[in-house]
Amino acid sequence: MLRILHDTKIDFIRLWKVTTVVTLLFIIPGLLFLGVSGYKYSIEFTGGTLMQVRFAKAPNVADVRSTLDNAGIKGAEIAQFGTDLDYVIRAQDPRSIAQQTRGAESVAGKIEAALTTKFGQSAYTVQRTETVGPKVGGELRTKALYAILISFLATLAYLAWRFEWRFGVAAVVATAHDILATLAFIKYTELEISLVVVGGILTMIGYSLNDTIIIFDRVRENLRKRQKVTLYDTLNRSVNETLPRSVLTHATVFATLLALALLGGEVLRPFALVMLFGVVTGTFSSIYVAPPLLLYIERRWPRASESGATSRARTSASPRSGSRPAAASTTSR
Amino acid sequence: MNSNIRNRLLIILALVAASVWALWPRTVTLRERNAATGAFHDTTRTRVPLKKGLDLQGGMYLALEVDDSKQAVADKSEAIDRALKVVRNRIDEFGVSEPVVQKVGNDRIVVELPGIDDRSRAEALVQSSAYLQFQITDKTQALDKALARIDAAVRQGGGATVAAGAKDTTKSASPLNLFSAADSGKAKKDSTGADTTVVAATGGPFSKLIQPGQMPGEYIVAKNDVPTLQSYLDRKEVQAALPPGKAVHWGSEDLDLGNVPYTTLYVVDARPIITGEYLTDAKPQTDPTEGNLVSFKLNQEGGRRFRMETGKHVGDYMAIVLDGRVMGRPPVIQSAIGTSGQITMGRSTLQRTQDLALVLRAGALPVPLKVVESRSIGPSLGQDSIRDGIHAGIAGVTLVVLIMLIYYRFSGLLAVGGLLLYLLFTLALLAGLEATLTLPGLAGLVLSIGIALDANVLIFERIREEMVHGKTVRASIDEGFKHAMSAIIDSNVSTMLTALVLFEVGTGPVKGFAVTLMAGIAASMVSSIFVVRTFFLLWLNRTRGAQTLSI
Repeated sequence: MLRILHDTKIDFIRLWKVTTVVTLLFIIPGLLFLGVSGYKYSIEFTGGTLMQVRFAKAPNVADVRSTLDNAGIKGAEIAQFGTDLDYVIRAQDPRSIAQQTRGAESVAGKIEAALTTKFGQSAYTVQRTETVGPKVGGELRTKALYAILISFLATLAYLAWRFEWRFGVAAVVATAHDILATLAFIKYTELEISLVVVGGILTMIGYSLNDTIIIFDRVRENLRKRQKVTLYDTLNRSVNETLPRSVLTHATVFATLLALALLGGEVLRPFALVMLFGVVTGTFSSIYVAPPLLLYIERRWPRASESGATSRARTSASPRSGSRPAAASTTSR
Repeated sequence: MNSNIRNRLLIILALVAASVWALWPRTVTLRERNAATGAFHDTTRTRVPLKKGLDLQGGMYLALEVDDSKQAVADKSEAIDRALKVVRNRIDEFGVSEPVVQKVGNDRIVVELPGIDDRSRAEALVQSSAYLQFQITDKTQALDKALARIDAAVRQGGGATVAAGAKDTTKSASPLNLFSAADSGKAKKDSTGADTTVVAATGGPFSKLIQPGQMPGEYIVAKNDVPTLQSYLDRKEVQAALPPGKAVHWGSEDLDLGNVPYTTLYVVDARPIITGEYLTDAKPQTDPTEGNLVSFKLNQEGGRRFRMETGKHVGDYMAIVLDGRVMGRPPVIQSAIGTSGQITMGRSTLQRTQDLALVLRAGALPVPLKVVESRSIGPSLGQDSIRDGIHAGIAGVTLVVLIMLIYYRFSGLLAVGGLLLYLLFTLALLAGLEATLTLPGLAGLVLSIGIALDANVLIFERIREEMVHGKTVRASIDEGFKHAMSAIIDSNVSTMLTALVLFEVGTGPVKGFAVTLMAGIAASMVSSIFVVRTFFLLWLNRTRGAQTLSI
């Protein structure tokens, strides 16, 4: 059989100081940039008009820009979208949004009229338009924020039920780390925050937590099996034991995400990028954030009795106690 | 073959059969409207029952809310309910196949029109108030008598400071999207050139802009002066100075008088002799001399009132006012009119004529609506998206299959078999739930292929560990499945939780992503645990207790 990283005995935890510095060096500048200049939000959140246009032949962007400026559409952003024939025009000027809500001629209509006058009817086709009023945009912003918060709390509740608090706290901090790292990543790459990107962040939360859970599941099992071994060694051992699974699963997920990023089209690319990064940071945090933190918590608040404590891991809370590891494995055969 | 395996195989067979049945192409009847003739006809089409979202098949999405900028609406929810019926009628008459018209939350109507990407037309269709009035043009020269007062009111308000209004325009030529002149709240464009025309005033600032027309109550206004005049009409003090009991409406057509385009302004009796509520039918027609027109029928009571009122006004001119704009030139009433009449549309296109007939049939909106969100996706973009999604899916599956086969060999093959059933189950589940497949949904599907295999990876790694510990193949497989369970459940639950949140919070496309993810999780539990386990049992049974397992 082909084995990758089989029976490894890498001392992952030893490196925690280095990795902490590395991840902080990634996150903190990102968040500082964020504090300074903020995110770019899609029109779903800001309100405004987006129009995706396919030109018959590659246009001069400066021409398009001046055409729109002359038509009174100020500050519109014109960006290439995939090929050099496809362009996306974003008009997010708050004043014209307000006017449009009051029944003015739509910005989309103005853009179209201006383009037709300049380039002619047959020189372009409108592929997609989106017009979002400020109220809807505001609602979506609130909703998206709630979504991230709620899914964070929901996973927190699930952890509290499945694991004892030490594990739960470590996993939650690891997930929080992933969210922060992803926020920094989005800032570095200047990705636009859209609903699709928020969807990517939420999926990333689930995926990264999942990864932490699988390692912790193994830690819990090993703690019960070998009570004489230190937690430090148990953590290392658990990470090593789950390493082949991690490598394989991340490889398959990475492969599908790569396919999405490269072939899935412009609309889905931001999602795929956020998730690709999520796989990286999720893997990182379940090895270098959650276990060292668990170790710290154990040292800071030692268990009353070593043997009793580990069995407090809520194995009995699961309805599938028959499938629990450890003791069951020797008797059920 | 023992009974356990047989039962498992039967269950799998039943699941596959049910999935294939759920996805089998079936014939659906669609109601469509011929764009040229306006006639309805039913067509049947055979297709796989997977609903494609607007982003994949092209179409329009509109979100509408009550427009309370002009008048307060006490019970928005109730108003929306009434408006919903009218909008639904109009959409049904419009003849889009499989439209969605529904109330969302308390105060919003969402309209989805698959296959339609004429944005302005669709918006006009749902937004048009379609309030029809018949009003007699003023014979008493009430406006002429009031002109001095109006000029004074304009001067008092600051003659040339039109900019105070800072208005914007509704420059639509569509009769469905008209502005109403008498309606004070409707904003009009402030043309910057207005100031200069007014400063040079010789007569009053108001009266110099209008000249008498050809019939009682008709005035003509140079097109360039329209914004200025409108801004005056919008002023409160001017409105107070207008003759009482009269209403002022713009005409719908331009007049060609020499080089300068003119438009018409009508002063009519404020009390309509009849309104559109008595209308029972409206049809678009083309007349060789009059051009496009809409002929309408009134019900009995409406006919009776109409006959009586028109009988009283023989020789007068009757303005047909739609949403505050006079349609065509008011005709003279030659004799009492009964239950039918017509609205001439002049130079309007046949399509506009059809749309007007449609909104008149469907009834007037009880409250004005405004578009708060609109999306339109061209059909070619949808096809591109599907093609990209399929390409990404094929590439993703190929990579994943390669990884599994290279790493796990024979067991990998079993997992790939499970994966194929997984795809079948997921699609069948989506069809069964009548879920809509959107572009993010496609992403969810592709992503879930990677995630679905996690369960198999967890199981296979366990089996390897058990085999390393010296257990028999059969025991290792049993233990592997058993021990991987808790991790599998945990990971699926955590993904399910985030998918649920996404479903609750997301709109349209993102909801589609959440649904696909959830369907994928459910299907992967069945395929990677039950199906792959059965494959293993079958293999063990065939080989009668193999000593080695390719994993």
